[in-house]
Amino acid sequence: MSQENILEVKNLVMHFGGIKALNDVTFDIKRGSVSALIGPNGAGKTTVFNCLTGFYKATGGSIMLHAGGKSTSVVKVLGQKFSAADFTSPVRLIERIKYKMFGGSHLVNRAGLARTFQNIRLFKEMSVVENLLVAQHMLANRSMVSGILNTASFKKAEEEALQRAFYWLEVVHLTEFSNRLAGELSYGQQRRLEIARAMCTNPEIICLDEPAAGLNPSETEALASMIRVLRDNHNTTVLLIEHDMGMVMNISDYIVVLDHGEVIAKGGPDDIKTNPKVIAAYLGAEEGEEVSL
Amino acid sequence: MSQQTKGINIVSALKDTVIAGLLSLIIFGPVVGVLLDGYDFTFQGADVAFIVSIVMAGRFAISIFSQTEFGEAFLYRQATKDDGVVVTAPGYKSRMRFIIPIMIVVGLLVPFIASKYVLTVVILGLIYVLLGLGLNIVVGLAGLLDLGFVGFYAIGAYGLALGYENLGLGFWSMLPLAAIMAAVAGAILGFPVLRMHGDYLAIVTLGFGEIIRLVLTNWTSFTHGPNGISAPLPTLFGLEFKRRSREGTPFHEFFGLPYDSAYKYIFIYLILLLVVLAVLYIKHRLTRMPIGRAWEALREDEIACRSLGLNHVLVKLSAFMLGASTGGLAGVFFATYQGFVNPSSFTFFESALILAIVVLGGMGSTIGVVIAAFVLTVLPEMLREFADYRVLMFGILMVVMMVWKPRGLVRVTRTGFATRKGSAK
Repeated sequence: MSQENILEVKNLVMHFGGIKALNDVTFDIKRGSVSALIGPNGAGKTTVFNCLTGFYKATGGSIMLHAGGKSTSVVKVLGQKFSAADFTSPVRLIERIKYKMFGGSHLVNRAGLARTFQNIRLFKEMSVVENLLVAQHMLANRSMVSGILNTASFKKAEEEALQRAFYWLEVVHLTEFSNRLAGELSYGQQRRLEIARAMCTNPEIICLDEPAAGLNPSETEALASMIRVLRDNHNTTVLLIEHDMGMVMNISDYIVVLDHGEVIAKGGPDDIKTNPKVIAAYLGAEEGEEVSL
Repeated sequence: MSQQTKGINIVSALKDTVIAGLLSLIIFGPVVGVLLDGYDFTFQGADVAFIVSIVMAGRFAISIFSQTEFGEAFLYRQATKDDGVVVTAPGYKSRMRFIIPIMIVVGLLVPFIASKYVLTVVILGLIYVLLGLGLNIVVGLAGLLDLGFVGFYAIGAYGLALGYENLGLGFWSMLPLAAIMAAVAGAILGFPVLRMHGDYLAIVTLGFGEIIRLVLTNWTSFTHGPNGISAPLPTLFGLEFKRRSREGTPFHEFFGLPYDSAYKYIFIYLILLLVVLAVLYIKHRLTRMPIGRAWEALREDEIACRSLGLNHVLVKLSAFMLGASTGGLAGVFFATYQGFVNPSSFTFFESALILAIVVLGGMGSTIGVVIAAFVLTVLPEMLREFADYRVLMFGILMVVMMVWKPRGLVRVTRTGFATRKGSAK
């Protein structure tokens, strides 16, 4: 694999009826980087995320994910409409039908991209450990027979899953809460658990949607160091949406700025800080609005 | 008590009583009081007065009770009780564990001590346990509201009857086949509709249940329509439980016993008990397996499941098929126990009853479902004198349960895991 980019987004277009939420968005994410997607409210950041993770079907453009030793087209695995060319080639037709029947955003995750949500989506009435075990569904021993008979190989697979779950609980400092219900945790703990849950799927790139929202300054600091741990110790590329400029500038290697569905700037934190377009987008014509860039 | 008790406020109790009386007058006045007689009507004042006075007396009693010290404490307990899910400590063993072997022994002894009538009632109870467990997978674990569960029950029952008539298949070959048939029917129904959520799924499954019943009623050349069709009895290694056997010797002659029609019920009961125990064990294991956890996760949050790489359609489909196959098994037992099936056994009321078993027992709770199934099938048999009021009592029971224990009889617990040293691979 020659790919130094893990994610390549080209000419991404997303329309909701007559509203053009994204217009020709193009950017690449380098393997092993911490990248941030920023922009004012309503700029289309979460729409980009939902397209990347397969929750929205992009109207146009391409998203290529180079992970797990292969390249996956996120648009294709969601199942596209039939085109005339499909009916000339049985192979393409079968593939198309396969993705139409069994495709979906879960294939994006299996291809190596995990995500968290802006409004936390944990399994609230399941215990913390169980949340992490569900995330390992694709790695687990799913055989019905060995599960019902509780065979040795099943026990071994479960034990491994539990060890992985406790490993991630240690990383996010939640070991002592392992047998609590996920819904009982505090807000900051739930955010950390969601990151741990996403990491349990063994992704190569993790997309964090506003991970620092609602956290106090010390929790934000802890989060930033945790993100560095993900990148340095687990070779995970991190892509995040964030409004906390201090944190973004602090941890990001690369920043993409969106405004009105278009990329207005890309580059390192220093370039972005001084970019007049970015300052105009954030400050607009208003005066006195304090943005600590 | 530092504060003096408020005492009982009779005036407010009387006020409540008058309001309740007026409301009941509005409801019962036209319904009970006006008796049509041709184009004329007569006014039944006495009946209305009787009902309204019952309502008023009841309301007064409740008002007074809730003002007493005991009543206040009771209301406080009801308002503040924590009925949610709890996680048990790692290695937790229930104090009620000893009950499982006792129940199995009692279950095995029942046919030899109970009368034939009691035995038939218990068989019916066990059939509903099976149905409840099947629907509990679909509704309780996977959170898919299925109002047409009786369709799979009918497929199992008619599978046995029609398989015997057309293909000469007996009970033992149809038992697994019916489970597979019901699962396939579940898959065919499920694949297109499981992309829907909540209410839509409920409507589609409701339609499915009715379609099955209407096909059974109207396809007279195949199913004999409303006349029904007879179903075979199980055999013990080829020995039949009839008085006279067309081929071979019947069971009682082989063992030199006098003929007794109870033998067949004892035999059905014992097979059914084994199947129920097996299903209970499988259900117990499923909640500790990846697939069971995936069902529950799907019930909690489907979008999060998709983001974790779970194919939500296939996970739902597996729950639907497994639930359906359990329903099919129950159908086979029902057909062989009755010896005869017709479409009137598979009405929507059955679906509602099975759903009530699951809701009363507690969504996802196994023991609760077993208790609720017996309560809802055995109780009506015991209260035969009140047969006219059966549905009314059923309704009252539901209301009381929803007020008293909205999350079902048995509280759902989750297994805790001992903390261990973490390692990534």
